[in-house]
Amino acid sequence: MAHNDEQVLQVSDLNVTLEGQTVLENLSFTVRRGEVMTILGPNGAGKTMLLRALLGTLPYEGQITWKKDIRIGYVPQRLPYIKNTPLSVADFFALRRSSGADVDEMLHAVGLGAEAGKKRIGDFSSGQFQRILIAWALAKDADVLLFDEPTTGIDIGGEETVYGLLARLQLERNLTMLIVTHDLAVVHRLSSMVLCLNRELVCMGPPLSTLTPENLQRLYGTEVKFYEHKHQ
Amino acid sequence: MSTYLLSQISGVFIGGAAGYLGTLMLSRRMALVAGPLGHLTLPGIALALIWGLDVSVGAFPFVILGVVLIWLLEMKTKLPMEALTALVFASGVAIAFLFLPMDQAETALVGDISKADVRGTALSVIASLAIILTLRRAYPRMILGNISEELAAAEGINVKRYNFLYLFLIAVIVALGVKMVGGLLTAALVAIPPSAARNVSRNLKQYALGSTAIGAGSAVLGIVLSQVVGFPAGPLIILVSTMIFLFTLPFAR
Repeated sequence: MAHNDEQVLQVSDLNVTLEGQTVLENLSFTVRRGEVMTILGPNGAGKTMLLRALLGTLPYEGQITWKKDIRIGYVPQRLPYIKNTPLSVADFFALRRSSGADVDEMLHAVGLGAEAGKKRIGDFSSGQFQRILIAWALAKDADVLLFDEPTTGIDIGGEETVYGLLARLQLERNLTMLIVTHDLAVVHRLSSMVLCLNRELVCMGPPLSTLTPENLQRLYGTEVKFYEHKHQ
Repeated sequence: MSTYLLSQISGVFIGGAAGYLGTLMLSRRMALVAGPLGHLTLPGIALALIWGLDVSVGAFPFVILGVVLIWLLEMKTKLPMEALTALVFASGVAIAFLFLPMDQAETALVGDISKADVRGTALSVIASLAIILTLRRAYPRMILGNISEELAAAEGINVKRYNFLYLFLIAVIVALGVKMVGGLLTAALVAIPPSAARNVSRNLKQYALGSTAIGAGSAVLGIVLSQVVGFPAGPLIILVSTMIFLFTLPFAR
């Protein structure tokens, strides 16, 4: 598909400083339509900060250029304050200015029944809640999904995992995705590009050729040994 | 129009607006902020009483000053918000007691709605209506901003603008509230109705409507009770809403 070469995001010389500390330094990359880019890095590497800068909620220097009129959906890691408000799932969807698709259809797309719309947000398990967040992000006919650390290990046997769900949605909707993670399995299974981040760009490219032992060593320092042992 | 009727009109509007705005403050864990801000208005109330002005008019500049001070100090010192709030509001109370006319202390501390006049009531009604109408328009976006600034930003919502609007509305409701329940009890006006409503609500509409109704109803009942038993209306309004809260407890989930 020719339009898949279309550039949806260009970041050049991105610098983020928080309270005098450099959080991101001279970061440049591009994302094309339909690409699944994982952002990999140790704790405190600035992964979430990068997402926040891309969303425009963090002051930054440099350029972040989204394709004109692109619709961005954001799936946060968790929403600790949401349970403070009595909110049905339908209420939550109604908070959007314009929901492109209807709520039942979106809930169905993420594997939840239509009856979920009437239930209170607080009554869902964390795995189901993450599906609601994905449905919410997609409800605006999003072109791009920004995903902050999908929780692993929350799906009981037999059910589609959150990763399976993302892979399916990406195929069905030709979504562009940026997924923050520190899970190497996610990187290999889902993404076409990986961006290794530790305050500055450590490496970038297709996962297989990019995640060499040398690059992982550079990314995680001594921690890489721990990873190697863990998977033996 | 009788003073009693005027005080009831003020009560319905101020109580309702406080209940409605309270739903946002509760979901942000900011319900208590109205307390210190109320205390901080005491010098303003003292001045208003000395000069014979409407209490809300005297209180308003002091709430604004308090909000700005807390915000500036937080930027400058990075101290926790509650420490700064304590510092600012205790100073407010201390200053007020330097020149608050002692015979009017009760009015300043727990409010006195029974002296409502036409101008003061008109001011309360207009300001309360402005709060309610503004909230009705901005409510979904403000709730979303409460839940997550990032989600709101991804929606193209200018979060900073809404935060500012939110603080401004709090300042207005505190200035109105001190007239009804005094400088000491304002936190209860915005905290108790939404707490009671949350206990019994299954969705957002029930929550917002319920809290508004409980706020307005508590004011009406409190003022009626005040006529009957002869105690000041302020504490009675708060105690009525506390009773309502206790009634909702068995339904809390």
